Amino acid sequence: MALLEIKDLHAKVGDREILKGINLTVNAGEVHAIMGPNGSGKSTLAQVLAGRELYVVTGGSVTYLGKDLLEMSPEDRAREGIFLAFQYPVEIPGVSNMYFLKAALNTIRKHHGIDELDAMDFLNLVRDKMQIMKMDQTLLNRPVNTGFSGGEKKRNEIFQMAVLEPKLAVLDETDSGLDIDALRVVSGGVNAMRSPERAMIVVTHYQRLLNEIVPDFVHVLAEGRIVKSGGKELALELEAEGYEALGAYDEPEAVGRV
Amino acid sequence: MSDSTNTIETFANQEYKWGFVTDIEADAIPRGLSEDVVRLISAKKNEPEWLLEWRLKAYRHWLTLKEPTWANIHYPKIDYQNIIYYSSPKAKGDGPKSLDDVDPELLKTYAKLGIPLQEQAILAGVAVDAVFDSVSVATTFKAKLHEVGIIFGSFSEAVKEHPELVRQYLGSVVPISDNFFAALNSAVFSDGSFCYIPKGVKCPMELSTYFRINAKDTGQFERTLIVADEGATVSYLEGCTAPMRDTNQLHAAVVELVALDNAQIKYSTVQNWYPGDKDGKGGIYNFVTKRGACRGVNSKISWTQVETGSAITWKYPSCLLIGDNSVGEFYSVALTNNWQQADTGTKMIHIGKNTTSTIVSKGISAGHGQNTYRGGVKILKSATGARNYSQCDSLLLGDKCGAHTFPYLEVRNTSAQVEHEASTSKIGEDQIFYCRQRGISSEDAVSMIVHGFCKEVFRELPMEFAVEAQKLLGVSLEGSVG
Repeated sequence: MALLEIKDLHAKVGDREILKGINLTVNAGEVHAIMGPNGSGKSTLAQVLAGRELYVVTGGSVTYLGKDLLEMSPEDRAREGIFLAFQYPVEIPGVSNMYFLKAALNTIRKHHGIDELDAMDFLNLVRDKMQIMKMDQTLLNRPVNTGFSGGEKKRNEIFQMAVLEPKLAVLDETDSGLDIDALRVVSGGVNAMRSPERAMIVVTHYQRLLNEIVPDFVHVLAEGRIVKSGGKELALELEAEGYEALGAYDEPEAVGRV
Repeated sequence: MSDSTNTIETFANQEYKWGFVTDIEADAIPRGLSEDVVRLISAKKNEPEWLLEWRLKAYRHWLTLKEPTWANIHYPKIDYQNIIYYSSPKAKGDGPKSLDDVDPELLKTYAKLGIPLQEQAILAGVAVDAVFDSVSVATTFKAKLHEVGIIFGSFSEAVKEHPELVRQYLGSVVPISDNFFAALNSAVFSDGSFCYIPKGVKCPMELSTYFRINAKDTGQFERTLIVADEGATVSYLEGCTAPMRDTNQLHAAVVELVALDNAQIKYSTVQNWYPGDKDGKGGIYNFVTKRGACRGVNSKISWTQVETGSAITWKYPSCLLIGDNSVGEFYSVALTNNWQQADTGTKMIHIGKNTTSTIVSKGISAGHGQNTYRGGVKILKSATGARNYSQCDSLLLGDKCGAHTFPYLEVRNTSAQVEHEASTSKIGEDQIFYCRQRGISSEDAVSMIVHGFCKEVFRELPMEFAVEAQKLLGVSLEGSVG
């Protein structure tokens, strides 16, 4: 059974149809890259998988672990192992990063009937993961993403992913706003998470991330549809020839999208 | 409408759990206010002549005053002749001498409110004075406190047993002429708590008063007076609830604190009067005057309040910083949901040298709630080296509520340092979604964010109260974000 099966998925935001029939099958252990110009629907796909209510699914189906994903609430999707690394991680002033992550982890553990962790056990668990992400311990005590630099926010996302150990991770433009060193750290964290039980969907505009996180499959998204799929060499091809060679253009009016 | 929005609404619409009525026979006087009523209240309490005179003076002064209209609150005119000014549960004989004499119905009421009055059942370390409508019905741990010389009990008792202390301090911080509601209270106050901590004594337990309004159409006018003599320390807690009724009830209390040299008073309130229903019907008008005087050098008065109840709150716990190096603090969380209105804040009057004050105010508005912070910092000419820090934050849940801030500042000494910071934020759909994507339900997300917002104030509360305040905030907000 596939981990995730998307069939003819249509979605809109407001009156605007953005996804116009996506088909994609993801098996455990695979890393899929979704590439495409601005406005092609990459981020929409990521948000729809996570259950963001701003995006309304108008057709098609998504099956996750044999269940109808579209029927599940965002928190249930998360508890069942779907993790979205946000393109723009949200600031939550007043709530410490540690408190937040501990609450998230314990909710997920509880959902699976596992004992909740106390503060000490939690600290032991996160210490190693922080090291991999080269994160300073003080980040745990700071409010969630508040006053974090762009790089710190992205690292924090992958750090959360490392702690929550999802079955399906969706990385939405995790490379945007990162310099080359930060990109390496973040990619290192992601690569450390690759395992035969876990699948990843890596959404990116640029090929450079895929030099670090080497995908098994690359899909090109244009105007709400996957127009081409291939192996990792497809990304290099795109880098050399550009999206236009595939007939995929940036949609200028989509730049200010949500 | 999205789930997140619904959550915020559900979160704000939890029911008021303390709205039951105790069926107990009450001794109430007829409606209305006159000199005769003032005399009647005084007579019912067997008060000395001087106190009756004091009340009458207050009443005559009240007649000359107009109800204040400057606050950012709106309510129909109060008919002061339609209020019952005195109601007490019928006592067997002369009122309870000990807990054994207290009507079991009353004990049950307090147990239901989570305030057990049987001493063995009480959280260790908290002595309680329970005020039911117009009278104090029980005070716990009196004997234990007596051993160290602390006087703690009902105001009426104190008038009988320690008239000299009451006479010396009553009205010395909030004079009868202070304001409309304080004058009214001075005329008709029925009971309340009195506390005196002698020189050098650190009060060994938390003291608390639990106020309960039960009778219909009754106003509660209690008076609290706390005096900390030189070097004394006390932490005092106040809690309040009332039944759900569809008419508004007036609660006009006065609290006076006096701190002498090197004394410290910490006064914490969790105010949970019935706020009215979701359409704004009923609820308590909480028009309260609270003030503390730091009379002595190095004295300190700290107010912490969590205001979640009442249809309308009008209240400005303040500090007069008279003694050199004295310290005033005000930590506040005020929540308004549905149609609640709050106009609350503090006044810090710096008179002595090197006096410092800290103000941290957190206003949360949800539903159609209107939340106003009104604060005054006054540095007099004499207050060389005075410092003030004010921080005033507002959190909005939804788009029908309002937050307003009126900081007033008057500085007459050039050596003063005054800082003011303010912020307004809103719980966003993006924040809720971010939490949900990590597995946290919307309700938990809202309460996590609200608690995070209030944290600085909660950590000023005594432990048990902090836990209660957090729960209360959750309940008061159930059903609210958007």
